[in-house]
Amino acid sequence: MAHTETFYDVMRRQGITRRSFIKYCSLTATALGLGPEFVPQIVHAMETKPRLPVLWLHGLECTCCSESFIRSSHPLAKDVILSMISLDYDDLLMAPAGYQAEAIIGEVMQKYNGNYILAVEGNPPLNEDGMYCIIGGKPFVEQLRKAASAAKAVIAWGSCASHGCVQAARPNPTRATPIDKVILDKPIIKVPGCPPIAEVMTGVITYMLTFDRMPSLDRQGRPIMFYSQRIHDKCYRRAHFDAGQYVEAFDDEGARKGYCLYKMGCKGPTTYNACSTVRWNDGVSFPIQSGHGCLGCSEEGFWDKGSWYARLQHVDGFGIEASADKVGAITAGIVGAGLAAHAAVSALQRIRRKGDDR
Amino acid sequence: MEAISSDTLIASNTPKPISGSLQDKDLEGTHLQGLSARSLKAKRLTTVYVYEAPVRLWHWVSALCILILCITGYLIASPPASVTGSPSEHYQMGWIRYLHFATAWVFAIAFLGRCIWAFMGNAYSREIFYIPFWRSSYWKGLWDTILVYAFLRRDEQKFVGHNPLAVTAMFFCFTLTTIFMIFTGFALYSEGTGPGSWEAKIFGWVIPLLGGPLETHYLHHWGMWVLILFIMIHVYTVVREDIMSPQSLISAMTNGYRFFRDDQPDE
Ligand code: HEM
Ligand code: HEM
Ligand code: SF4
Repeated sequence: MAHTETFYDVMRRQGITRRSFIKYCSLTATALGLGPEFVPQIVHAMETKPRLPVLWLHGLECTCCSESFIRSSHPLAKDVILSMISLDYDDLLMAPAGYQAEAIIGEVMQKYNGNYILAVEGNPPLNEDGMYCIIGGKPFVEQLRKAASAAKAVIAWGSCASHGCVQAARPNPTRATPIDKVILDKPIIKVPGCPPIAEVMTGVITYMLTFDRMPSLDRQGRPIMFYSQRIHDKCYRRAHFDAGQYVEAFDDEGARKGYCLYKMGCKGPTTYNACSTVRWNDGVSFPIQSGHGCLGCSEEGFWDKGSWYARLQHVDGFGIEASADKVGAITAGIVGAGLAAHAAVSALQRIRRKGDDR
Repeated sequence: MEAISSDTLIASNTPKPISGSLQDKDLEGTHLQGLSARSLKAKRLTTVYVYEAPVRLWHWVSALCILILCITGYLIASPPASVTGSPSEHYQMGWIRYLHFATAWVFAIAFLGRCIWAFMGNAYSREIFYIPFWRSSYWKGLWDTILVYAFLRRDEQKFVGHNPLAVTAMFFCFTLTTIFMIFTGFALYSEGTGPGSWEAKIFGWVIPLLGGPLETHYLHHWGMWVLILFIMIHVYTVVREDIMSPQSLISAMTNGYRFFRDDQPDE
């Protein structure tokens, strides 16, 4: 019976040894920030629990989330999770196509009603009745609503699904809309990032599959275990920040010495993500390590927040690109001149009145 | 803010106006007894104890805090040129931020104390916390004061507390801005103390409400400029009124007493 297959069964079928399986469980416990006492619990869950199916939908997006996901640094994690997912629906990775593929959604919805996870990459555009993104001849938003209706929980992969990302940047011609504005009746886990870190993605799924519950989320619906700290809090250049050593230009001495990129507009201090701890591509590097400031890709609306290369800039409504300080200083200058003029008139008035009074 | 009139003075338990030229009998029982009042050519003034010690202490503590917060806050946003040498030898930004946060604590606690004092202090300890929207004398006084500042009316108005224009500016540009700065400041602070901290529990909601951490930084920064503009105008008007208006101002915030140059009724 296919649907009572456990994770362990799937892994063994894929030729994974027990030794590797145990390693995977320990790694997962570490990635989730759990102590060693949780390893047996994960092993047990994996051995006994029936596999939980995942439907993976793609809306308006660039597939960078999938690209990131399949590069998960621990190959085992990738294999395990992909094998669990590809059995169901992911129009980017699965073998079937066309009607055959679309039929799978209906099947899963029926067979696992209220018991599958819906993972959404990208978002639905709502203008023109959703015509800017057509899947199987119908607007994506319809597929999304349908698939969500019987899901247990929804994962919003990446900044597109979580916040809208580039297609929702001003002026947002297609009215691309984050999925939590469309799916209103299901718990949604946001895993923002453009793309999100592979280990974060596999970590979230593994947590949900093994513990059979949602990870705890912060106010914005992001899993606390990966999004509770800013890039800045764990940045290896933080010592330079605290010391007061900054890159002032991309080709200066400080840049070569690896100083802090704060003055180059690094968004690390305002960005919640795990890049500075987990890093990318098997822990090889992350943007700051390669000398470029953080863009803040996992923060809401990061395309519309002004330059990536300046900290305080771009005040809308002042025509030129003005910084808060420039506008403030100019206003202070005008007010100062006004006060001086007022003082002069006051003094004149006083002299004149003194004359009158005498 | 109340225009001086005998009933408000009585209401606030202060004596009836007694200013005028000094009389011989005024000197009775004082160390000046025996002198001829006329030869002194002195004036007797009405004086009211307006700002009690906690208000005055709070005022100057806050003024100092804001000065430090503006300087350190500006440097947090625009750090000075890089220091050289090993990072382990320096803690420049660390100290700037430390000073900002330590001062912020003093500022916030002092403001909390000031809020509590508004319930305990005299009538003038409450003026900066609300706009007396339904009081017609407020609107009339506001208009009159605007005319004075536009040089369209003579400066003859008397107020025991703040004039209505000052109340308006203090409520919006100082009190509300201060509350805003404390809320956004502690929200930013909670980003460092982490999601489980009490700062995050109490103030964390501010960040998503304002649109995210970057917006919160921006708005906290803008708040600084609102305060700077307020202070510029505040210090100017205080000095100007101290010289030109029928009452003293600076003494009211140093020793607490405001005196009136005469007891003529307002025009
Ligand atoms: C950071 C700078 C300052 C801030 C934020 C500030 C704020 C305030 C506030 C909020 C009040 C109202 C107090 C109350 O009713 O409880 C006030 C009153 C007053 N302040 Fe300041 N102040 C500052 C600097 C100064 C300075 C430098 C002077 C000295 C010239 C000054 C002189 C006064 C006086 C005389 C009053 C009483 C005004 C009146 O009698 O109506 N302040 N200030
Ligand atoms: C008069 C009041 C205050 C002024 C003028 C002021 C000014 C500033 C300015 C200009 C910044 C830089 C913002 C930016 O562009 O990133 C800043 C940052 C900050 N302020 Fe304040 N502030 C005030 C009160 C407070 C209070 C009450 C707190 C509470 C703890 C606070 C905490 C912070 C924090 C945590 C930061 C961010 C530091 C960082 O990013 O490293 N501030 N402040
Ligand atoms: S490089 Fe960016 S994240 Fe790192 S310490 Fe500097 S400002 Fe913070």
